[in-house]
Order: sequence, then structure tokens, then C-alpha cells
Amino acid sequence: MQKSAERIKIAVHKFSSCDGCQLAFLNAGEDLLALGTECDIAFFAEAGLMDEQADVDIAFVEGSISTAKDEQRIRSVREHSQLLITIGACATAGGLQALRNLSTSGQWQQSIYARPEYLDTLEVVTSIAEHVHVDYELWGCPISKKQLMAVVNSAKLGVFPAANHEKLCQQCKRQQVSCIMVTQGKACLGPVTQSGCGALCPAFGRDCFGCYGPAENSNPQALGERLVGLGLQPKQIAQHYHAIYSHVEPLKTNGKHWNEKS
Amino acid sequence: MTDKQTLAIHVPVLARVEGEGALDLIIENELITDLKLRIFEPPRFFEKFLEAREPDQVIDMVARICGICPVAYQMTAVHALESLFETDVTPWITQMRRVFYCGEWIQSHALHIHMLAMPDFLGFTNVIAMAEQYPEQVRRGLKLQTLGNDLIALFGARSVHPVGVCTGGFHHAPALQQISDMISRLKQAQSEARDLLEWILSIELSNEDQDFTSVSLQHSTEYAMNSGRIVSDQGLDIDANEFSQHFAEQHIEHSTALYCFLDNQPYLVGPLARVNINYEQVPDELKALLEKNQIKFPSKNMFHSIIARALEIVMCIDEALHILGNYQLPSQSHVDWKAKSGTAIAATEAPRGLLWHRYEINDKGQVTEAQIVPPTSQNQARIEQNIKLSLESIGLQHSADDLQLHAEKVIRNYDPCISCATHFLKLNVTRQ
Repeated sequence: MQKSAERIKIAVHKFSSCDGCQLAFLNAGEDLLALGTECDIAFFAEAGLMDEQADVDIAFVEGSISTAKDEQRIRSVREHSQLLITIGACATAGGLQALRNLSTSGQWQQSIYARPEYLDTLEVVTSIAEHVHVDYELWGCPISKKQLMAVVNSAKLGVFPAANHEKLCQQCKRQQVSCIMVTQGKACLGPVTQSGCGALCPAFGRDCFGCYGPAENSNPQALGERLVGLGLQPKQIAQHYHAIYSHVEPLKTNGKHWNEKS
Repeated sequence: MTDKQTLAIHVPVLARVEGEGALDLIIENELITDLKLRIFEPPRFFEKFLEAREPDQVIDMVARICGICPVAYQMTAVHALESLFETDVTPWITQMRRVFYCGEWIQSHALHIHMLAMPDFLGFTNVIAMAEQYPEQVRRGLKLQTLGNDLIALFGARSVHPVGVCTGGFHHAPALQQISDMISRLKQAQSEARDLLEWILSIELSNEDQDFTSVSLQHSTEYAMNSGRIVSDQGLDIDANEFSQHFAEQHIEHSTALYCFLDNQPYLVGPLARVNINYEQVPDELKALLEKNQIKFPSKNMFHSIIARALEIVMCIDEALHILGNYQLPSQSHVDWKAKSGTAIAATEAPRGLLWHRYEINDKGQVTEAQIVPPTSQNQARIEQNIKLSLESIGLQHSADDLQLHAEKVIRNYDPCISCATHFLKLNVTRQ
């Protein structure tokens, strides 16, 4: 990153996803127009910018890899970018669709699509970092405009924001949200989930369901025991852990552990 | 002279749609002999993930089918589940769900009009370029989009994958101060939305009438959104439970989205279909404005979809203001519910059209089977039919570039959400 003085060139690529993380750009309002004047946006299909082969300073990548074509395309994206930043759970960790890795997807295809032979899908859904080098990761399902703008503005200065993988519990404390697990006995995943969302769920009086991904040094085994104490069945604990982040540790192994107990 | 007879056009990506697909077109002796809208967004198997999940988890998971219309998925799922569980929600919940949904229509329509569709009509490739020449209009559009997003966030904490919906209502009721702040913004937006509609009405749109069947929900006392009967302009009038008797999904080789047909025929869902079917419920003031501009509904011109979207933005802002004007803090923002086994079905109107869900539920309240029919798979056959008729009507002698742009414009009228089904559109024209 030596581009601080000049306009940086960016691209936004989509793989298998819901499109929700690129909305952090499209929902940015005035900031989107400012971005358009401050940076050269070479490729962003949904916004109508179509130079896919351009060499860029930063490629933002949404979505996970689930077809052979995707595997080739992500390598080409990497070759054309100085820095590659994943945006959101799918790109960073496989996302919700990685749930099919836990099952035999052939059977799934048959039950949804009458003619499964028409489909081209890989055996497993994978994150971007399983294919190419990733320079920086934005976690979240979805990411927020605040996270995105922080990384864009830092990158213009040639640095990345300090990554923070602390637990959601710490954010709740700072926001003075009373603990909904302690006060209401709800099955909150805050103790194993990283902050960054703004503690949206606990502030609404509901349990965190882990949409920002595993926190550093988290202990889902111990939390699982606590959830048993709150009355959850092992199968329910497995389902809590195997939702958006079933493809990353420690939730991958821990979800399996609770599943085997059920 | 093979070179002269055969022309192949290769467009790497179809811009300004949500998803990955391609369009294959074969022209022989000035006739289109084959046309395929190929959607190959990798299938994500959502219907299987939902199995064994409990109601509130289903609500959080279905949102993630689409980042642009998560409210539609949450609302359809919650209505399906509550109808099976015979959950009796309070009038407050019903009304706030309508405001919540209004927020999604406003943001989705504003995004589509300004970022996806309007650049076509004004000769730009993207909104950032368009903003240089139309700064006020684009800023007004972005402001309306933000308003829609903030209306969703009022009930859902954020606009993409909101977290406020639960079986039986909402996890949280907005505070009075938040509502009064929102009311002042909505009041200001009333005139901005009307200016938007007038701006759209001042743009010259292609005039291409075609025969097609419109399908949407219809409700006796309000412009249908969360509930109503499934109605067509050809006489269909059924309950959501009867959907499968009339509509059927087929898997076709060139697409990972299933094609849905009504009595084996293509049909249209979405804003134009809704306005066509529910035009009587459009306020007189807005009807007068349309008539002054020589726009008549029901309309058979797909290019009027953008007018229908602007019209719905105006109606949603008025509606949200009307409901929130009487806002009171509820004693509870959600009611108790008890799971029951059986089939849970509901249909609602997503920004892009009818969205139908069916869940088989066991006696523990868990999903044993799920079926979701999104608007884009319903429109897919109609889009192909529309492109064919439309290109024939402008004349196949046009240059490949012109044909391609026109085909893309036609596709974008539908605001296809290929994430609800996914994308990468390539146009291959072969002339023989």
C-alpha cells in the first residue's frame, strides 16, 4: 500500500452470496458518491462498472466459492489486485451456505432441483482464504457501512484498521446493556461472538445469534455447558453453533460435538 | 460468406442486476429461433438448511436468502408460521409490520430506480456518472433509499438482515422519540417522493404494449402487502393455500432458478402487476397526476414498471406516516405462541413481487420440509417472452450493440434478484 497520495483504484466482486454486503456500498448514500469521486471504481457489476480485468489497488470480495468456475475467477481477481479484502461471512468464513458441507449435498440437490445433473457445484463451499491470499477480513453477516468506510479510509492512508476480535460481552458492557443471559436466561452467543455489530440484539432484548463470527479466545464448550443449564438440548446447541459460521473453528468442531451428543 | 451470416456477441457481465446469468440469443433469417435467460448463480440449498430448525431460527435464516429484501422473507415466514399456530397478533403488531415492509419497498425501489434502471433511460452506464449531470435527482434518490433503510432499522436495528422480528411480533418497540424523529423525516420525504414521481413521468419511456398476465395479492381494505388473496387479471382469485394447485415450478437446463408457471403459462409479478391489479386503491390525487401525464393503468407496457415503483414509494411514505402518526408504545411488542404440527403457508408482496413460502412443521415446532417460491423465478419465463417480443418489435436488423442494450433494459425492468435465484450475464447473439 503505497498509494496514499494518489487516487486508489478499487473493484467489488461477488461470488455465492445474498448481495447484502455489497449493499454497504450501495446503501452508503452521500458516501457512495464521495467514494466515486475519490476513488476509481473499475469493477462493480451491480453498480454498472464493468472493467473486470483492470488491475486495482483493492479488490473487495463478497461471497464464498462453490463452483469450479468460481475457483478460477477468484484466482484471476487475486492476480489483478494489490490487496484483497473479504467482506462478510460468506467470503471470510464460507457463510450460511457452507452448512451443506455438513451433509451429503448430492441428496440435497435431488430434493430441491428435479434435474440435479444440470447443476455445477463443488462438493464443499469454501471461504476465499482457502483459495488465495487474503490481506484483510471484514467479519459480519452483513458487514456495516461503518466497517467498510473505516477500511476504505485507512487504506487511502496506506494502513489497515486494527482488527478487533473481542467478545460481544465487552461491547454490551460499554453500551450498558444489561446481560440478557444473566437477567433473562436467554441463550445468548455473545460470549463466543466477536463485537462489531453494536450489540444490536442484546440492546433489543434478544439473544445474540453469532452473526459477527467467533471471537478470539472463545470457549464454546464452556458456553455449551451453560446453555445446557439454561435448558437447551444438545441438538439445539449444535444448531446455534452450526448456523452462519459452521465452516470455521471453534464452532465447526464444537457444533459437531454437541450434535454427536444429541 | 459465413462471417456475414453469423454474428456472435459476447458481453462478459450483465450490469446492474443482482446475480449471475447469461442471455443466449440465436437469430436466423431475421427471426429469433432460440432465447435463453441463463441463470447460473450457484444454488445455495436454503430449503435444506431450514430443516429441523425452530421458528425463530427460520426467521433469522430466511432473511439471508436476499440482502436486498430480507424483510420480505422474514414477513412471509412469520405469517406462514403464525397462521399454522393460530397466533393472534395485536393490531399494533399488524400495523408495525406494514410500516417495516414499507421501509423495504422504499429502499429497494429507490435503489432500483436510481442505481439500476434510470441510467438506461438517461444514457449512463452507472449512477456515479449520472450524478454528475443529475446531482439533485440522485441525491434525492439516495436520501429516499436511506429513509427506507432507516425505517427498517427502526424495527430491525439494521436494514440488511434485521434482527427485530420474532414469531408473535417484534423483539422490541421503538421509543416515542425515535418515532417523532421519523415522522418529521417522512413529512419532508412526502414532497421529495412526489418530485421523484413527476421526474420519472417526465422521462420518455419506450412504448411497447404486450399481452401478459399480472399476478399479485389483493386485499379488500388496503394496498396488499402482508396479506390478501392471490389474484390475476385473468380471473384467478385464490387463497395462498391453493397456490400449488395453479402454479408449478419446473427445472430447466439453463437455469439454477426454478421456472414457475401459472397454468403452464408465463406471468408477471412485481410493482407493475400490483398497480395493475390494485389500481382502484391508489389515492385519487396520484391517479390524477398519472392521468395528467397520459399514463393509464392497468398498463401492458413493461417500461411502466419504473413508474409503478415511484408511485409505490409515494404510497409507502404516506402510509408509514399515517400509521406512525398514531403510534403508541405497546404494553407488549410480541404475543405468546404455541407450536403446532401441520403445513404453514403464506404469501406476501416482496418489492419484486409475490413471495410464497410453505413449511411442514412437526409437533416440536421444527421444520421438516420447506418450499420457497421467490418473485424472480416466477418472472423468469415472462422475462424471456418479453425480450423476444421486444426485440422483434424494435426490429432484429438493429446492431448487436443496440439489441443487447435493449435486451438488458427489458431485463432490468423486472429488477431480477438473481441472489434470490444469482448472476453473471453474458449475451451471446448468433445470427445464421
